[in-house]
Amino acid sequence: MTAASTPIATATTATGAGTARFRRLGAGWLGFTPFALYVLLFLAVPTVYAVASGFFTDAGAFTFANLAAFANPVIVTDMVNSFWVSAVVALVGAVVGALICFALLGAKPTGMLRTVVDSASSVLAQFGGIMLAFAFIALIGLQGVLTLTLKQTFGFDINANGPLLYQVSGLVFPYLYFSIPLMVITFMPAIEGMQHQWAEAAATLGASRATYWWRVAFPILAPAFWGSTILLFANAFSSFATAAALIDQGGIMPLAIKQQLTSETIVGVSNTAGVLALGMLVVMVIVMAAYSMLQRRARRWQR
Amino acid sequence: MELRAIARTAGTRGGKRILATAALATVVALSLTACAGSGANTANAADAKTLTLEQAQKATSAADFGGMAGLVAAANKEGHLNVITLPPSWANYGKIIAGFQKKYPNIKINSENPNGSSADEVAAAKSQKGQSTAPDVFDLGTAVLDDNLDLLADYKVKNWADLPADYKDAKGKWYYDYTGLMSIGYDSKVIKKAPKSIDDLLGSDYKGKVAIKGDPTQANEAASAVYWANLQSGGTADDIQPGIDFFGKLKKAGNFLSVLPTQATVNSGETPVVIQWSYNNLAWGPAGGSAGNPNWKTVVLPGTALGSYYNQAINADGPNPAAARLWEEYLYSPEVQNLYLASGAYPATLQAMISNKTVDESTLKSVGEPPKNFVQLTADQATKAGSLLGSSWSKTVG
Repeated sequence: MTAASTPIATATTATGAGTARFRRLGAGWLGFTPFALYVLLFLAVPTVYAVASGFFTDAGAFTFANLAAFANPVIVTDMVNSFWVSAVVALVGAVVGALICFALLGAKPTGMLRTVVDSASSVLAQFGGIMLAFAFIALIGLQGVLTLTLKQTFGFDINANGPLLYQVSGLVFPYLYFSIPLMVITFMPAIEGMQHQWAEAAATLGASRATYWWRVAFPILAPAFWGSTILLFANAFSSFATAAALIDQGGIMPLAIKQQLTSETIVGVSNTAGVLALGMLVVMVIVMAAYSMLQRRARRWQR
Repeated sequence: MELRAIARTAGTRGGKRILATAALATVVALSLTACAGSGANTANAADAKTLTLEQAQKATSAADFGGMAGLVAAANKEGHLNVITLPPSWANYGKIIAGFQKKYPNIKINSENPNGSSADEVAAAKSQKGQSTAPDVFDLGTAVLDDNLDLLADYKVKNWADLPADYKDAKGKWYYDYTGLMSIGYDSKVIKKAPKSIDDLLGSDYKGKVAIKGDPTQANEAASAVYWANLQSGGTADDIQPGIDFFGKLKKAGNFLSVLPTQATVNSGETPVVIQWSYNNLAWGPAGGSAGNPNWKTVVLPGTALGSYYNQAINADGPNPAAARLWEEYLYSPEVQNLYLASGAYPATLQAMISNKTVDESTLKSVGEPPKNFVQLTADQATKAGSLLGSSWSKTVG
């Protein structure tokens, strides 16, 4: 104990004797400390711990054997499912969200419509998990309001080819529910950043409206658009609770991880969850790196 | 470092315990001498022994506490009992917990994670080791039990002899508590004709209607539905492939529902047919009272029946060892064994209860005598079945 406290005391003295600039920097870091600690305790440490667990056997010996999970056709299918569901959700969500943003350009920035859509998007983008799953069960589940209405008034059964909502492809519906508003939130600032002068300048130089969009506006918006799309992908890829409430039979990566952790029929596989988490982490790191790169490009036009 | 910390906590707790025990034992002894005239009770109380936490964690019978009165006194002093993954509508655990609470009002039951799995129980015991929130007792499926024998304490309940020899570990590490039979529950408003064989479920009446209790590669009860379908379609306990194939056909017919059925989905009609343990199907029907679905019917099909006893066990490092042991004594009392029976589960001491007439006759009549021979997968068969599920369930059904 005493040995540890001595260097700290020295450090304090050193800071105290520092220049004003140094002290200000120190104070700045001090203000950052609670957040840094929070991230460390609740993000960094658990992540390292979870991933590291994948490299040990049940008995605690180091091993690479758990990596064999990635050769398991079941896991591969789960990975592929996770991928395509997230990709479909990201693309559809991005296009629909972008269209809403374009439509909103016609509304007054401080007007009622914009305010309502803005705040509604912020709220709905956060609406997920079990609550959302149950909302969809109530709407298009087997006994859902819409399901029964369609059946009774038009004789049309949306579940004719098996339960629509309770399969991997059914996840697209609830996922889109929170993805579209998220697109509106992230893409709107880019569209708002478009300057009138650009269109005017293009028109002065003889560009048609279409040429302006094609040669000026789209290239400027592209990084922001793809960046937001990637964000939607990442968001859908890591969703768990909604899927768990709708399809209990697995089929996507987060559910596969749950299966490895809590199985009571196949025991002693909990460490495999660690390498599966590693797999997801690799995907997320790639995706988020691409996101931040695109964001940096997009910001050039928003200054 | 960690070990020392745990030892230290335990030490302090032990220290406080001695003082408190001494005080309480005196009170109990005095009050018992005062009110109970019977010599036996007085003798028991006088014999009550004060054990440290470590000693209590090693107690293998009530005698180690100086008899039942001593065990009750020690449990009262602990004042808490942590149980885990006991849903109120599962095998009557709601009533069983309430009964314990009434009988021992000084012991507060903390019921954690009621919908968790056996694996969750073990994970909680490991991660909360040495803490006051760790589970004291387990209710485990066989596969998980066999993998974690080192977590369990030896303890023999008073009526140990009533448990058939192959229903218990020789040293008392674990013992069977209850089993149901795999059954089909169905909403008679939606399904007009009761299913007569498992192949009926493949028919068009059952389109998008048949659910099981989770992912069989994950939940014991769901896996049991597969084992049972296997037996019903001519498979043996050694090879469950026909069972997986059955669910493949069910999926192909568009009849299989991958949503997790609960009492709520049954009541709303979202899951009109559920394959699960008979005690759960019964509890979700009219027997469940106002919470149940009055149209819910339970069918145990003719042909080979499947059962699977769950196991009782005590956490060797549990924070309330005396309360844990008192809970086991309580569970194996005829009173609670009859409560299991009333839920449609067959308690482990049923045969002994029938022969010494402690069984509730009217309940037994309504539930029906247990079939003379039902199949229960051995640990080896369960392991084999589990690995087959792991490799081919998702391929066939997922």
